Amino acid sequence: MPGKQLTPTDEFVKGLWRENPVFIQVLGMCPALAVSNTAINALTMGLATTFVLVMSGISVSTLRRFIPREARIVSFICIIATFVTVVDYVIQAVSLELSRALGAFIALIVVNCLILGRAEAFASKNTIGRAVLDALGMGVGFTAALLWIGVLREILGAGTLFGVALFPDGFQTWTVMVLPSGGFLAMALWLLLVNWIRDRQEKSAKAAQGVTR
Amino acid sequence: MSGPAPVQQQPTSAWSMYRAIVGIGAFCALIIVTAYQATADRIRENQDRFLAQASAEVLPAATSTVAVKLAGDGSLALASETGELPAFLGYGPDNRLVGAVIAAQGMGYQDNIRVLYAYSFDQDAIVGFKILDSKETPGLGDRVEKEAHFLANFERLDASLDPAGDALANPIVTVKQGQKTEPWQLDGITGATITSEAIGNILNQSASRWVPALEGSAGRFAERSTPEGR
Repeated sequence: MPGKQLTPTDEFVKGLWRENPVFIQVLGMCPALAVSNTAINALTMGLATTFVLVMSGISVSTLRRFIPREARIVSFICIIATFVTVVDYVIQAVSLELSRALGAFIALIVVNCLILGRAEAFASKNTIGRAVLDALGMGVGFTAALLWIGVLREILGAGTLFGVALFPDGFQTWTVMVLPSGGFLAMALWLLLVNWIRDRQEKSAKAAQGVTR
Repeated sequence: MSGPAPVQQQPTSAWSMYRAIVGIGAFCALIIVTAYQATADRIRENQDRFLAQASAEVLPAATSTVAVKLAGDGSLALASETGELPAFLGYGPDNRLVGAVIAAQGMGYQDNIRVLYAYSFDQDAIVGFKILDSKETPGLGDRVEKEAHFLANFERLDASLDPAGDALANPIVTVKQGQKTEPWQLDGITGATITSEAIGNILNQSASRWVPALEGSAGRFAERSTPEGR
């Protein structure tokens, strides 16, 4: 039985919190942990992924009746890889330093399961408008999550935010936070907080309905 | 108990498959070509600026540079434009030749690696090194850009010529981490074996071609006469 159709607003909002790709679905962990060592890297990766999500969502939704079922995965990957190539060119044109800082992770957006997942599960079955709203919501949710991880890591690990020093000279940085292990630590702290908030929200909702555990 | 019979889907015709695959391929190719055309000039400008900065980093003694190329007979000649793998002679403030900056490339673990290295005429050695472009595995192969002990190889990596002056006296080779005993050996990185060996091969192949030409022509280019440069 088909599920209830969400309103356009809900379609966008669901990716921000209820179905957040990083904190709830735990998708795209490779870039979320690897390039979130600074806020600017996290923001760039988030925006690049959002662009690929939206453009591949539009393309897949537009071509959904044209793509045979048997050829859908190869077609989706081809479309996603195309927009990753475009975003790679754009980042190189904007800043070669940023492109070098993100390194192979820009190319690896192709294999981010979040993008193929939204193309397969949503864009290939919905209209262009809904596909755009879904992709935008997921992209903004992904970007926000990466940014939160990046902000925490950069402040604690380097004592800066977007490269601007926040503390006096004597501040002892937690270098571990900008190292790979710091990605796991920051991710764990945010997951703890998000799950705690969700747990409280669920309890409040049940209490409001008069349901006790 | 058996459930309802599965719905048989009509197999897709070969024409539909061809149409979809070729159509998607053409659509994607059009987008990539358009994006390339729109960004190529700007990327080239950024790369030139990055190359100038990298040259200054690997050969800080040079205050100006002149582009050169290898002529057909293996000698050094002035170049009117820099190609994909540019080479420059570096001159100090007194316009005297202090070294050369050379770009080289070769296959790494994932893809081509492009590097820039500086050759010192005084020391007969490679005295500076920087990765220009690499897509090596993050956390493994890309350690060739960051590991202090690996970068220390380039404080002075011997590239002296044999008595005949037409080949390196000793080939530049990468050895296992901690086993470097000779000045022409690169102390490799455990965990980035293929990439560190690739760097050794790239430098050996490039230096084998360039160093004889540089040393053979150093006299002709000992002083800078052209005003342009970086």
